[in-house]
Amino acid sequence: MTERMPSFVRRLDRAVVIAFACIVLLLILGSLYSSSFLSPEYLLQQLKVASFLGVIATGMMLVILLGQIDLSVPWAVSTGAMMACAAAAYGDVGAAFAIPFGILCGVAIGVVNGLGVAYLRIPSMIMTLATNAVAQGAMVVYTGGFSPQDSATGAMRFLATGSIIPGIPNVVIIWALVGAGMVFVLTRTSFGRCVYGIGNRERAAYLSGINTRRIVMIAFAVAGGLSALGGILLAGYASKAAQSMGDAYLLPAIAAVVLGGTSIIGGRGSYLGTIAGVILITLLQSILSVMQMPEAGRQIIYGLVIIVMLLLYGRTAAER
Amino acid sequence: MQQSDDLFRMEGISKRYGGVRALEQASLTLKAGRIHALLGENGAGKSTLIKIMSGVVSPDQGTMLMDGQPVTFPSPAAANDAGVVCVFQELSLIPELSVADNIMVSRPPTRFGMIDRRAQRQIAEEALARTGASDIHPLALVKDLPLSRRQMVEIAKALARKPRILILDEATSALTAGDVRKVFEVLKRLRNERLALLYISHRMNEIAELADDCTVFRNGSNVASYPAGTKSDEDVIEMMIGREYHSAYPSKPEPVPDKKPVLDVQNLSWGDRLHDISFSLKAGEIVGLGGLDGQGQRDLLLALFGVLRDVKGTVLVDGEPVRIESPTQARDHGIGMALIPEDRKTEGLMLPMTVRENLSFAALDQLAKSGVIDGKKEQTLIDRMMKLLSIKAGNLDVPVGTLSGGNQQKVVIAKWLMRSPRIVLLNDPTRGIDVGTKQEIYQLLRRLADEGAAILFYSTDYAELIGCCDKVLVLYDGAVKRQLVGSEITEHALLASALNLPEAERVQELAS
Amino acid sequence: MKDWRYWLSAQQGTLTAVAIFVVMFVIYTANHPAGFTANVVQTAANKGVLLAFVAMAQTLVVITAGIDLSVGMILLLTNCLASWIVIGTPLETAMGVIAVLLVGALCGAINGAIVIYGRLQPIVTTIATGAVYFGIALLLRPFPGGSVNEDLADALTGRLFGVIPSSLVALAGVVLVVWIPYSRSVYGRAAYAAGSSETAAYMSGMPIRRGKFLSYTLGGLIAAVGGLFLTFFTYTGDAALASGNAYTLFSIAAVVLGGVSLFGGKGSAIGAIFGALAFRTIGDLLFVFDFDPIWQPLFQGLILLVAVSLGAIGLVRVRNRLEWFL
Repeated sequence: MTERMPSFVRRLDRAVVIAFACIVLLLILGSLYSSSFLSPEYLLQQLKVASFLGVIATGMMLVILLGQIDLSVPWAVSTGAMMACAAAAYGDVGAAFAIPFGILCGVAIGVVNGLGVAYLRIPSMIMTLATNAVAQGAMVVYTGGFSPQDSATGAMRFLATGSIIPGIPNVVIIWALVGAGMVFVLTRTSFGRCVYGIGNRERAAYLSGINTRRIVMIAFAVAGGLSALGGILLAGYASKAAQSMGDAYLLPAIAAVVLGGTSIIGGRGSYLGTIAGVILITLLQSILSVMQMPEAGRQIIYGLVIIVMLLLYGRTAAER
Repeated sequence: MQQSDDLFRMEGISKRYGGVRALEQASLTLKAGRIHALLGENGAGKSTLIKIMSGVVSPDQGTMLMDGQPVTFPSPAAANDAGVVCVFQELSLIPELSVADNIMVSRPPTRFGMIDRRAQRQIAEEALARTGASDIHPLALVKDLPLSRRQMVEIAKALARKPRILILDEATSALTAGDVRKVFEVLKRLRNERLALLYISHRMNEIAELADDCTVFRNGSNVASYPAGTKSDEDVIEMMIGREYHSAYPSKPEPVPDKKPVLDVQNLSWGDRLHDISFSLKAGEIVGLGGLDGQGQRDLLLALFGVLRDVKGTVLVDGEPVRIESPTQARDHGIGMALIPEDRKTEGLMLPMTVRENLSFAALDQLAKSGVIDGKKEQTLIDRMMKLLSIKAGNLDVPVGTLSGGNQQKVVIAKWLMRSPRIVLLNDPTRGIDVGTKQEIYQLLRRLADEGAAILFYSTDYAELIGCCDKVLVLYDGAVKRQLVGSEITEHALLASALNLPEAERVQELAS
Repeated sequence: MKDWRYWLSAQQGTLTAVAIFVVMFVIYTANHPAGFTANVVQTAANKGVLLAFVAMAQTLVVITAGIDLSVGMILLLTNCLASWIVIGTPLETAMGVIAVLLVGALCGAINGAIVIYGRLQPIVTTIATGAVYFGIALLLRPFPGGSVNEDLADALTGRLFGVIPSSLVALAGVVLVVWIPYSRSVYGRAAYAAGSSETAAYMSGMPIRRGKFLSYTLGGLIAAVGGLFLTFFTYTGDAALASGNAYTLFSIAAVVLGGVSLFGGKGSAIGAIFGALAFRTIGDLLFVFDFDPIWQPLFQGLILLVAVSLGAIGLVRVRNRLEWFL
């Protein structure tokens, strides 16, 4: 097995390369269909759409690197959005604290996830599912079952739709900042090293004197916060929050991370891959919709692409 | 017995794991109606031999004959079908299934395609009764049984397969004295039923009572076969040792008697696994842990390192009592402890991660300033370690899994030396690595000790303990059986006290 | 004589689920305005039985230490298919039912094949196949609609002899015809063994791969039975994404409540069925207590959270901290 390790490194890059190659392929296919696919406007628009998913997928990646999964994304997104909008209803002070408050609510959901997964050692799949249900329940109680009435603050709208640098949407800048932060954390900090270490072998990390439970807990908290941030941006984009706005982001977030070459069992993956995965998913969705592919066809192609690409990446799982 | 009774022959069997030789031209002959005992030190090749016999691993070279016909066993199932059944040391039971399910796991009785539970239960009950374990209920879940009962189920499972050759690998190590009686009666009965039995045990008295023939293994080959009872215990120990010594070990310094101990352990106990262990460790001293494999040495190291819960007793560091509840505390400044764990692949390293990442992993807190890794400082320390241990790696950014076993082990040691620990615990660090690297590790240990580290060194290789240690604690059944100091540390003394022979003292006298 | 005690301890998870359900259901009926009547039971059964089928399907996969996140989508796909073909003369209807079941089994088999032979992780595999199955469902029914043989539908959702809900009889039938033979077959046991300890199972020479494959396939089949019943209840096919996702997520919850370990090797479909029924009853409890129905999701979520946390009590007994990381 050790002899095969070098190819295994090459494969790590291979996933990212394949993902980027697919992006190029999609663009070429798209441009055959309509020349507007290569126009800067279209590409920028795609980047903007991708940014919402990008922020959410960043948190998901952190959790997946640990070998866990966060199924509470849908309602962490919605909770963040709804709580930020709710805070906005409390006058100027409320509006000022809307964004931090929304993020904080997401962090709180993440902390509960982290407590369950790290300290009670409940499988993350069921733990995050349960917190998702609780968050959903709490939001339903809060809104009384109706769609939320509060609207987004000016700041939220500005972040989601404005552009502080002419020509570049703010939301793209936010994704770039979040992404840069994550790259820094993953490559330069001891926290990042620990995340990879735990994802590879929590046992070895623990025996190296790492407080593995705290790391797992923090990672979940960050993921919750990023999901909420994604929700806040989405609310700003649509001017208000909606009950099930997060539902459409769970599976694409997981798919983007995995298509970017991050191993679903943890320990392996680069943020560059996640960027590729996010753009790939966004482009795929966009091109299919431009081609007026019905939803049914989109879903089928979407699923097939994931399976085929993962089979292409190789059967790494068995070699662990 | 005459030649025609040869049931099973292995000839010229060789097997290597990576670069390490486990078996070299080994042979063995089993006869129907005889109990054959296999003797040898830890790592002499016994385990590999029976794994080959039972189809778990396949040999690189050599032939196996059954009833004079050549056979190969590509899987455990194939070996079972041929009538070779092994009771493994590490249990092959499925914890979530019932005893009856486990006993009949590979070939349950079926009716209309479904498992006939009534028939299965009956067969299981019979198998348990034949094993002398009627006290075990066939419907109990295996995970709810204590270790000794599981071992009995394992034996019953083997018997239910109606073997022609039954291999027992340390099958009695977890059993109570009463169980051992019962199992022996069963084995003797099986002998009368003309099965061939291969029996592996470290308990000399058991072998004396049970065996008809004995074969001694050493360094991967069979060195002697003789009818049981024709050799004295001392002769046997002599054959098991019989190694050529080479000056692979660094010379030991004169003991410094009146230094204060860095680590002082008093009456340490843990459940029913460790009993009342006391010893002390001084700076500059290498203390060995000896004894047969699995007598509590690993648990002791884990207990010291803060991994085990509910450890009773006192641990003093520099004379101050400390409570270590996690590896994080153990490695901290005040204590400065390091543990080189048992299994480098799952406990010491993250194989897919790079050499650099692995090397700095245990010292991240010291390499980082407010969480950000200081690349320059990291590089300096890593360079020093690479040189100190002469780790051979193409570059620092290849996965550590691509290195040879020996270099991997060096990385495990180096990652802890990055912290300059004061107390170093080593759990069998030379297992499965080449001779050259072993010698480097011996030199390194002595150098660390000379620089003031206190070292606690568990090894399954007695020669290492003799060559490296200033003092050896021999553990038996979770307690310190004997403490050997300086020239008392001889192979005879180690082996005799490890086997807990009543005449241990006498053997030692003879040797000196 | 002591047999029953071992049986008890082996069935602990299942029995706990039964107990939870019974307590919940007694509270429910005791406070129901109509009380314990055949009607109330029938309504409750029809509500619970769908999730019970899906939970059973999930159990089969979870036992092998896998997970099927496409189970809700198989339910939708078979629902949409059934709304086309389970109609007409009795013979046509019968052929339709068989076709629906086969399609369900095929979906499960595809999951199994990719996981076992393609060696992809069950989580991502079933997320992706789930998208495909949902897409096909949507192709079949872009808008809710279709119809079903109503005689059959009414017969299977009504009452037998005026008392017993026939959906429960069908559930029991599936247990008898699929679950019991499976769990007592050599392959079923191999699936358990592989989930519990794959190395030990290998050392014992068990047919691990075939056992796992059978589990995935039967899981798809049982999800298809759920799809049929969904059609019988609604008379239509509807590819509703939210409903498919909800069934998948609830199935995991039901399985955990039913004492099935997500790590594999432990639990039974019977437990999962009661877990599903209990999960449904929890939702209805608030209704009989005149709580505002908006509290229902929160209440369900909290119960789930408490239930999974209780499972962590075993951690207190762990004396070697390395066991956390197995």
